[in-house]
Amino acid sequence: MFIIKNKRIFISISIVLVLLSIVSLFVFGFRIGIDFKGGALVEVVYKTNRPAQSDLDAVFKALDFGSVLIQPTGELGYIVKSLDLNEAQHSLLLKTLSQDGKSPLEEKNFNSIGPSVGRELTRKAIIAIVLVSLAIILFIAFAFRKISRPVSSWKYGLMAIVSLLHDVIIPIGLFSILSRFYGAEVDTLFVVAVLTILGLSVSDTIVIFDRIRENLRNKTGNSFGDTVGKSLDQSYMRSIFTSLTVIIVLLSLFFFGPESTKYFALMLTAGMFFGTYSSIFLASPLLVLVEEWQNKK
Amino acid sequence: MWKKIVSILIVLILGSAVVFFVFKSEPKLNPNFETESSFFKNSSFRLGLDLSGGSHLIYKADVSGVKAGDITISMDALRDVIERRVNLFGVSEPIVQVQNSGFVSGAEEKLIVDLPGVTDIEKATAMIGQTPLLEFKIEAPAGTPQKATVDKDGKVTLDASSQFVSTELTGRYLQKASLEFDQTTREPRVSLQFDDTGTKLFAQITKENVGKMVAIYLDGAPISIPVVREEIPNGQAVISGSFTPTEGKLLVGRLNSGALPVPISLLSRQTIGATLGSDAVTAGVKAAIIGFLVVALFLILWYRLPGFMAVLALCIYITIMLTLFKLLPVTLTAAGIAGFIISIGIAVDANILIFERLKEELHFERTIANAVSAGFSRAWSSIRDSNTSTIISAIILFWFGTPLIKGFALTLGLGVLISMFSAIMISRIFLSGLIFIGESRVVRFLFSSGFSNQ
Repeated sequence: MFIIKNKRIFISISIVLVLLSIVSLFVFGFRIGIDFKGGALVEVVYKTNRPAQSDLDAVFKALDFGSVLIQPTGELGYIVKSLDLNEAQHSLLLKTLSQDGKSPLEEKNFNSIGPSVGRELTRKAIIAIVLVSLAIILFIAFAFRKISRPVSSWKYGLMAIVSLLHDVIIPIGLFSILSRFYGAEVDTLFVVAVLTILGLSVSDTIVIFDRIRENLRNKTGNSFGDTVGKSLDQSYMRSIFTSLTVIIVLLSLFFFGPESTKYFALMLTAGMFFGTYSSIFLASPLLVLVEEWQNKK
Repeated sequence: MWKKIVSILIVLILGSAVVFFVFKSEPKLNPNFETESSFFKNSSFRLGLDLSGGSHLIYKADVSGVKAGDITISMDALRDVIERRVNLFGVSEPIVQVQNSGFVSGAEEKLIVDLPGVTDIEKATAMIGQTPLLEFKIEAPAGTPQKATVDKDGKVTLDASSQFVSTELTGRYLQKASLEFDQTTREPRVSLQFDDTGTKLFAQITKENVGKMVAIYLDGAPISIPVVREEIPNGQAVISGSFTPTEGKLLVGRLNSGALPVPISLLSRQTIGATLGSDAVTAGVKAAIIGFLVVALFLILWYRLPGFMAVLALCIYITIMLTLFKLLPVTLTAAGIAGFIISIGIAVDANILIFERLKEELHFERTIANAVSAGFSRAWSSIRDSNTSTIISAIILFWFGTPLIKGFALTLGLGVLISMFSAIMISRIFLSGLIFIGESRVVRFLFSSGFSNQ
């Protein structure tokens, strides 16, 4: 019952976090990866020692490559980002990096994406986000069609969607900080992470709403607030534990997994964490708040 | 009672069979892998390019010259030609696929080529782009002005291109080319067999040009200019030029792979070095094992006996998934492995929902048997609803995805489906089979969870 009594405090915490995320989004913005904007990325590792970055910068300035961004990686490597390269430009770039063969190197990764492929991916991503959101809203409406007293079923759906937005906005806000300070880029996996959070967030909210649904049917509790409070007491442990196991594997993926899925795992961890928070401390308290407003009218 | 024990045995036997299959078909685990039957040998994991290393190329096909109704046919023909060319340079398991234009994928017809193990991207694109253009030309009619150049030594060179005119007969009508050796001179030569249209054209050309020269052009240059002795009605021709057996073989390969039905241009290229890929595999496997161990530890410490059963069910779940990856086969990418690892965490969710419910029922019901069956049936609605939304996301991601996203969506979606089965069926069979051990305080302790000993 502690949660329902202090619902205003918990709801405020969520509001503050969401606002902070939106502010961070506008202040820091995103770095867009070449998946979406097109361009080339070359990762090389030098066999013996790596030439100074300033030397390479100077050579690239003299060549007609447009803007070339060189970042050191590991002990002996560089990541070079530029506009998309054709075959001749690619060979020239490698030749320049190896200082005409004086510094032997191995190319570990090369990716050149034309702008039209990037545009296509952007369109696909937007369609996927819209479709997933629509499908999940429809599903929520369907899942809660049977309870309508004292709060109508579409309001359960609405609260599930509010907590869904909460669960997506906060990780996106965190990502903008990662993007600003650690160079994380918005790529395909970012979109996948957002869409997966959409799916997982709802599943957590449903576990608790399912309990409220059952308790309402069995007429447990004196008032609606009481019923919701009891349902929370009965189900918050399992809600935390189901998320905990997913967070365990995600953290394992973050700490030990492949380099390419690190930010992905981190975003999902944040999504799971705030998803659990929102299903316990946001969605259900909001339901009670709505019911109280209804009664005042 | 017997029924329950038999079902447990069946699950254990099937589970062991699956474990046996995964073990047998994995070269890293099975020391006798080389001597296994082909069924096991052909069932290794299929790794995506980001894990195996290799090149990923996206071509745009220019279909502006093709009628709208014929686009699919010419794209399929294009895929076949590129596939044959790729096979020519001996890449293991190349993937060549057409991506048709549409509302989602954009207005361009695309061809996607994956070459595992090929990291020299310049060489790969050069080989794919090579178009052997085979043409048959006949002597220009008398009176056509002949272009000739006289160099400074006074030597006259006739420009061959003005000497011959094109005919309709090209490599398009070629059915088959093969390498053979001249009976007397032992020189290598390439024999050509035309298809029906080609045979008619060739018969007509040879009939009309008896006693004259017919030039065979390859890639715009004459390689053989024989004189026609008589009409050839059977559609067979021979190119005998001065080439080595190796050159001859290459020419045959290129001729058989045919010309491209539509022009293509490169949109995007990606190469992943082999070391980067194998590092990612090692890291992915490590993350999966550590994640599994921590989750298993948590389940056993918190949920005791049911937790242990859930870990058993989870082991069976993991081997079922690995078997599906091998048999379907699912192409594993770094994102796909991530999806699988996440599904390990989600697979446990259903068990947790059931066990928490079981704990509650133990407060109300008298016997453990009743509590177990009530726990399973009452937890079902929340398990079903909570997994549905994840499955929805996975389906839409799979539908829209690039190969990278598809890998993730497939492993996650399959994982959620199989995990519902493993939580409901396997855990339940294990748990209800254990009920015969009685109702003592110890058993009740083993069936409860957390810090309580109720």
